[in-house]
Amino acid sequence: MSSKGSSKSFSPWKLLSENGILIGLLLLCALFSYLTYEEQQPTGASAGIQVADLIQDRYSPGSNVLIIIKPEPPEQNEFAQAASQALQEYGHTVVEIVVGAPPDARQAWDRLKAEGKTVQAIAATQDVSQWTVFDFMEGFDRKNIVRAESYNWPTFLMRANLVNIAGQIAVIAILAIGMTLVIITGGIDLSVGSLIAFSAVVSCWFIQEKFGAQEASTMSMIIACLIAIAACGLIGLFSGALITTFDCPPFIATLGMMMIASGLAFIIAEGQSIYKIPESFKWLSHQKDIVESVWDTVRFGMGPKDLSVPNSVVLMLVLYVITHIVMTRTTLGRYIYAVGGNREAARLSGVPVIFILLFVYTICGALAGLGGVVLASQLNSGLPTYGLMYELFVIAAVVVGGTSLFGGEGKITGTLVGAFIIAVIRNGMNLTNVESYTQKVVLGLVILIAVLIDRIKKKGLMGKFVTALKNVILILGRMVRSSD
Amino acid sequence: MNHHSNSPLLKLRGIIKTYPGVRALSGVDLDLAPGEVLALLGENGAGKSTLIKSIGGAISPDGGSIEVEGEALPFNDPHASRDQGIGIIYQEFNLVPAQSVRDNIFLGQDLTRNGFIQAKQESQKVRDLLHQLGLDIDPETLCRNLSVAEQQLVEIAKALLLDAKILILDEPTAALPPHEVDSLLKIVSELRDRGLGIIYVSHRLEEIYRIADRVLILRDGSTVIQCPLDDLSREEMIEHMVGRKLDQEFPQRDRTHQTESDLKLEVNQLGRGRRVKNISFTAKGGEILALAGLVGAGRTETARLLFGADRPERGTATLNGKPLKMKSPRQAIREGVCLLTEDRKAQGLVLGRSVRENFGLPNLPQLSKFSFIQQRIERRLFSDFIDRMKIKVPHSEQLAKNLSGGNQQKVVLSKWLQSESKVLIFDEPTRGIDVGAKYEIYQLMHDLANQGKIILMISSELPEVLGMADRILVLHEGRVAGEVENHPGLTQEDILNLAVGSSVGGDRRSA
Repeated sequence: MSSKGSSKSFSPWKLLSENGILIGLLLLCALFSYLTYEEQQPTGASAGIQVADLIQDRYSPGSNVLIIIKPEPPEQNEFAQAASQALQEYGHTVVEIVVGAPPDARQAWDRLKAEGKTVQAIAATQDVSQWTVFDFMEGFDRKNIVRAESYNWPTFLMRANLVNIAGQIAVIAILAIGMTLVIITGGIDLSVGSLIAFSAVVSCWFIQEKFGAQEASTMSMIIACLIAIAACGLIGLFSGALITTFDCPPFIATLGMMMIASGLAFIIAEGQSIYKIPESFKWLSHQKDIVESVWDTVRFGMGPKDLSVPNSVVLMLVLYVITHIVMTRTTLGRYIYAVGGNREAARLSGVPVIFILLFVYTICGALAGLGGVVLASQLNSGLPTYGLMYELFVIAAVVVGGTSLFGGEGKITGTLVGAFIIAVIRNGMNLTNVESYTQKVVLGLVILIAVLIDRIKKKGLMGKFVTALKNVILILGRMVRSSD
Repeated sequence: MNHHSNSPLLKLRGIIKTYPGVRALSGVDLDLAPGEVLALLGENGAGKSTLIKSIGGAISPDGGSIEVEGEALPFNDPHASRDQGIGIIYQEFNLVPAQSVRDNIFLGQDLTRNGFIQAKQESQKVRDLLHQLGLDIDPETLCRNLSVAEQQLVEIAKALLLDAKILILDEPTAALPPHEVDSLLKIVSELRDRGLGIIYVSHRLEEIYRIADRVLILRDGSTVIQCPLDDLSREEMIEHMVGRKLDQEFPQRDRTHQTESDLKLEVNQLGRGRRVKNISFTAKGGEILALAGLVGAGRTETARLLFGADRPERGTATLNGKPLKMKSPRQAIREGVCLLTEDRKAQGLVLGRSVRENFGLPNLPQLSKFSFIQQRIERRLFSDFIDRMKIKVPHSEQLAKNLSGGNQQKVVLSKWLQSESKVLIFDEPTRGIDVGAKYEIYQLMHDLANQGKIILMISSELPEVLGMADRILVLHEGRVAGEVENHPGLTQEDILNLAVGSSVGGDRRSA
């Protein structure tokens, strides 16, 4: 940071307290990695490539290889495709790909033998390699079955699981951006959960009723989404107007808007699911696409080929980067912090306080609208019951991320980490089979601990402790005195 | 009543209290006998409030002892103070506005039987108490519907309910209209006659002469004198309060560096509500114009109107002939007017942010390009100010709340200097600031005046007004009561006479 900045003196305690939540997230990841550390079987294309590599190592070039897989699930086929392609690149011959049950394997073996073809190795998937049929195949040594080797690795850290976490958190994390701004100004917005439902319903209603249902064009779907987001922004602006011009407490103003938005969502959808929308509406929650095309040009043949990150996660990350820059580098960000830190001092320093508050609530509403569109895209339908309780998850993410509910303090990066902490805990508890009721209790505790840590950091643990002790002594003293 | 004539009711010895950077009390002694009114006098920041809070248990002194009727009082225990019969009426009332008079008086000590409140008995008791104080109101009236004077009496009734032997009144007449002052003073003397010991804090010497038996004068946290009222003349009293010779306290203005300035601020019949009725004046570049007057005379309110913090209802103001819009602080800053508020913590600084950010706040439009803040420039400019104004901060990322009052004031000043204001309004610029920093701020004000800027200084401390101002505008109840050129012969009395709005002479000691 700055040359004169606080980073000049290094102290481990400072490092710990300033990056506490990040360390907390890493510790959680470590914990769940440890708890889910178990034997993993490679499957699909990566297993196929591994098998091809093993054959290349063990057998002379130009060997004949038989590939045997089961018809289901699709990973079996991916295995066969990848293995045969890689083997041919190495100069081996794939004599046949057998798809089926043990008898099919035996038949194929017998037929090949009858045709006078020799087979040096059999490439098989994990489950196929355990068939007993191989013991009964004449002239075949079990040693020549090549399969991918199992390895030990935490389920939590499997790529599929990590992508899963990111996908789950996208909606909450997008909403948490707006909520962070609102909370930094010292307010709160309870309406975001309902706005998700409102936005999902509005966007889907326009697509189904106005833009030709399943036949809707891409352009019209984008327009429908923009209408929904703008409507939510307007609702946010309205909350902001109540809060600024009528001095309505944010809690009450947004509580009212929460009910209104939820009611409107039910009215528009007539209480039903709106689902007659094109499949392509799922694009936002699709994996690959953007990332895939960018990655392909950037990777220069290195790293994994397949980076399946959903588009919604990319959108979320882009929004976080933009907001982070706005909050740390621009006039707007500085004003938002000043309004939350001391509204009157900010006003007397020439900060346009009313504009800032209106802006912040509008953005919060619009981002909730965007979250609703993403959720509708993930589920390819709009339902007025979406987003139930989301405002609480979002507030939890912001608070766990270190933003003070009293306003004036907080970091957008903290909120991102906070959102991930909540997602990781939920995911980790699912993986370790913690039942859902217990999960609720744990999440509640996490929020309380985060707030306590924040308070202790501010007051100092010892100061807090001494005050508490003194109060206890005072109360005891008074009790003794009054019982005389 | 049982008068303990040999052991004093309240006895303080060597009370010491230090705040970071400031010695608020350095060994104060105080004696209070039953049936007497002790006037506690001193300038702002002399330590009166700290002393009262120590007695009330609201803060913990660092040393000394407090005895009530010969029994030691523990520090920092408000309940013990209350149990010992000490009742304090602070300037800020401790009433719950949305609750009734009865609920407020009995708050925390309700008359109960089997856990149920005995409302009828409580009401009767409240009526009795209020009757003694000459107040006849329904005990069920909500406190927010009472006038300030009535609320004050409810506070006193609260203390009487607890059989208070010692009553401490902190500037009780500051917020009262003149006709209510008389009845309050009557009640105070009645309570004295009933044998209560009363400590009376006030700035108004006139009241002191009407009510007090003895005076205790504090200055810079120490007792200057404690004696019967009749032993001191009015002049001696002021001298003891003010203490130092004026020419030691204020820097000499070096007018050789004065630049000519044709800046001119004209204010014409400015008004809003009851606090600012009709204010007109002219200020020229290069001069320090002081706005003097009592609390409530409308000085701060006038400043807020000029700065656009409140919208004026009447009147105009022009700077060099160009009308000031007085629409919002943002607009005022653009037009070159700035206000250094009297309450730095509540209005001047965002305490939870760094001093650098506070410095930049009003200047962001100049410091940013396409709304991106050029932090390198901001840092460089601020570190210039740190050097120039000798601001004591370890680094520019220090949070504003961790600075002493004087340094906070310098940060506030630096942000307005950067914004190149033409009119600087200082509202109580040295309140709560130690002597050394005070001197430096006075010097800065001189420099600014020499640069040709218009300085408006609001101050309740008359020595400051006399020591700094070129011209003095005295306000009384929202109007200009008088305008005087500052010359060496001018006395605090002259200003006070204008400030009270009449020709109150120095010879009202007959009471």
